[in-house]
Amino acid sequence: METISILPPELIRMLIAVIIIISFLFLNAIMMGYLERKIAAHVQRRPGPMEVGFHGILQLIVDGVKLLGKELLIPFKVDRTLFRMAPLLSFTPVILPLLVIPFSEKLQARDLNLGLIFIVSMGSVNVMALLVAGWGSNNKYAMFGAMRAVAQSIAFEIPILLSMLAVVLMCNTFSLKEIVGAQEKIWFVFLQPIAFLVYVIAGVAETNRAPFDLPEAESELTAGFHTEYSGMGFSLFFIGEYTNMFIVASVAAVLFLGGWHGPHLPYGEYLGIVWFFLKVYFLLFLMIMIRWTYPRVRFDQLLNFAWKYLVPFSFVNILITAVLVKL
Amino acid sequence: MLESDFQKQNRFFLNMGPQHPSTHGVLLIVLEMSGEYVLDPQPVLGFIHRMHEKMAESKPCQSFMPNTARMDYVCALPYNHGYVSLVERKAGIEVPRRAEYIRVITSELNRVASHLLWLGAYLLDLGAFTPILYGFDDREHILDILEDITGSRLTYCYYRFGGVNQDIDDKFVDSTRAFIKRLRKRFVIYEKLVTKNIIFIKRTENIGIVSPDMALRYGMTGPNLRGSGIAYDVRKNEPYSIYPEFDFEVPVGEQGDCLDRYMVRVREMEQSLRIIEQALDRLPEGPVRAKVPKNIKLSPGDCNFAVEAARGELSYYLVGDGTGVPYRLKVRVPSYSNLSCLPELGRGILLPDLVSILGSFDLVIPEMDR
Repeated sequence: METISILPPELIRMLIAVIIIISFLFLNAIMMGYLERKIAAHVQRRPGPMEVGFHGILQLIVDGVKLLGKELLIPFKVDRTLFRMAPLLSFTPVILPLLVIPFSEKLQARDLNLGLIFIVSMGSVNVMALLVAGWGSNNKYAMFGAMRAVAQSIAFEIPILLSMLAVVLMCNTFSLKEIVGAQEKIWFVFLQPIAFLVYVIAGVAETNRAPFDLPEAESELTAGFHTEYSGMGFSLFFIGEYTNMFIVASVAAVLFLGGWHGPHLPYGEYLGIVWFFLKVYFLLFLMIMIRWTYPRVRFDQLLNFAWKYLVPFSFVNILITAVLVKL
Repeated sequence: MLESDFQKQNRFFLNMGPQHPSTHGVLLIVLEMSGEYVLDPQPVLGFIHRMHEKMAESKPCQSFMPNTARMDYVCALPYNHGYVSLVERKAGIEVPRRAEYIRVITSELNRVASHLLWLGAYLLDLGAFTPILYGFDDREHILDILEDITGSRLTYCYYRFGGVNQDIDDKFVDSTRAFIKRLRKRFVIYEKLVTKNIIFIKRTENIGIVSPDMALRYGMTGPNLRGSGIAYDVRKNEPYSIYPEFDFEVPVGEQGDCLDRYMVRVREMEQSLRIIEQALDRLPEGPVRAKVPKNIKLSPGDCNFAVEAARGELSYYLVGDGTGVPYRLKVRVPSYSNLSCLPELGRGILLPDLVSILGSFDLVIPEMDR
């Protein structure tokens, strides 16, 4: 008890939050992995994993154990430092945005007044991990994947920022808690449909999901930036991708779908998390369905789409919003 | 593409294959590239050469039958068909009509199976994973039907000199009719899922345009040639077996891009179903195998026989010397000629387009290497 009393209570709170978030992160990756395989299977009219546990529910845990047990293979002539650093670099920054996301009115690790900017900046670190992985692998396919990842990220971060800005203009704050608070009467998806659409499309591209999964593009680049990775290195990228998806979906829920708001529940300030998760997983379900339906776009088509359609649209949207807010 | 000094200096080589997801087999394409632009793609063959033609020269012509199915394992029955018809023509063997009908029905079923597999694999090349499983689902029905009468699922050895190995039964007829009904319904799904998909159209339209002149220069055949607008089909132009008796169309494309080649194949599946239906309606009674001497003697002189395989014109050329063993057997396979235009076609295009073009040619690598 002595040790705890000398620590500031805020620090203990943060520590607990980080531990919960990291464990949630792995849980989310396992759930998403299972959901993705199961939904893909049903889209493709097959049962999917069925052997391990009830309807294969333990499949991803078994897979995780297998991946943990694999040898950390480092190919000849790769840049060893970068090669080992990249998976960690992809995995670490995705923890931090979860600290500022308001899961419900009271369940938030820390309410930064610049929360939105914090999330965006942390999200941009991920692309550096892909670049480092592609560069360090000493493989031409991996290099292609890395280059594509960077170009794609630059192109799609602008529409994301612009669509976020439209919301920020409406409620005059960067704090996620206050943004959700402003949506008590009406969700911003009804006031800002264009921004929502732009955000979802650009968000899918930002997380490198099909049909925008060009850095991976397994039919063109074998496996893109993670061609040379196996075992835990690969699975850290994998967890990073799923957590990124979760972050993109939860920011969409916070900015446009009213966060924890929903029909009244007892202990609403805590149980609002139920509505929040429902909204987030609905968006994730949508992303999975898109992935298993569409072919991959070509790289120049993707960039054209970002620069010629998404960016001008969101600029016009922001202009209209600014004028209307001023009125 | 304009070639700047920068691009000249920054050329590099990329080995696409022999283990690459979208070369569909052990094909190596050495790409000279500048950024993501392909400047010079050169296919390298020979990774699974198995000397089928030489094997034909070293054993009696009956013993070569199983080899024919190993050349193109995706569409094996037309390969059987070409070979038995060749020897029948050489030795002057008459085939019972019922056997010819069975040959046509099974060959067309096999063609549909091949096209379904191609459809899925092509979409897989373009990054859509789902259609291949839909295609496999339908193809599975064909394989089950063919397994019942031929005994094998992929590398068939069903036809015999003077007929077929085993007669078909009512179960075969019923399940084939049921399958045709099912596939017609599935075509609607394919159209919604694939043909009308905007991303699919963007990835295939105006990409890899093969002009009619170019197609003829490289000796392309089959759906790839017809995609360029030339209505050449061995079944119509040099009719063999009983194909002249059936009413079917030869679908052609307009400008020869990947989308046209896709559309030609999809429409060809419908025509194949029509042929099968007509054949089932008129199926005559009678024997399925003529009396054939045990040791067939191949008279001196040469002989050629061409059939329309799923990928194009397949022709067997045989030189006999009076014994039962061919003096020389040459197989002209469609995929080899179809691939040969790649260096010209793939100059200055993007890597994803190269993958799209390669997929649209429907290549089977073991067929090229034989």
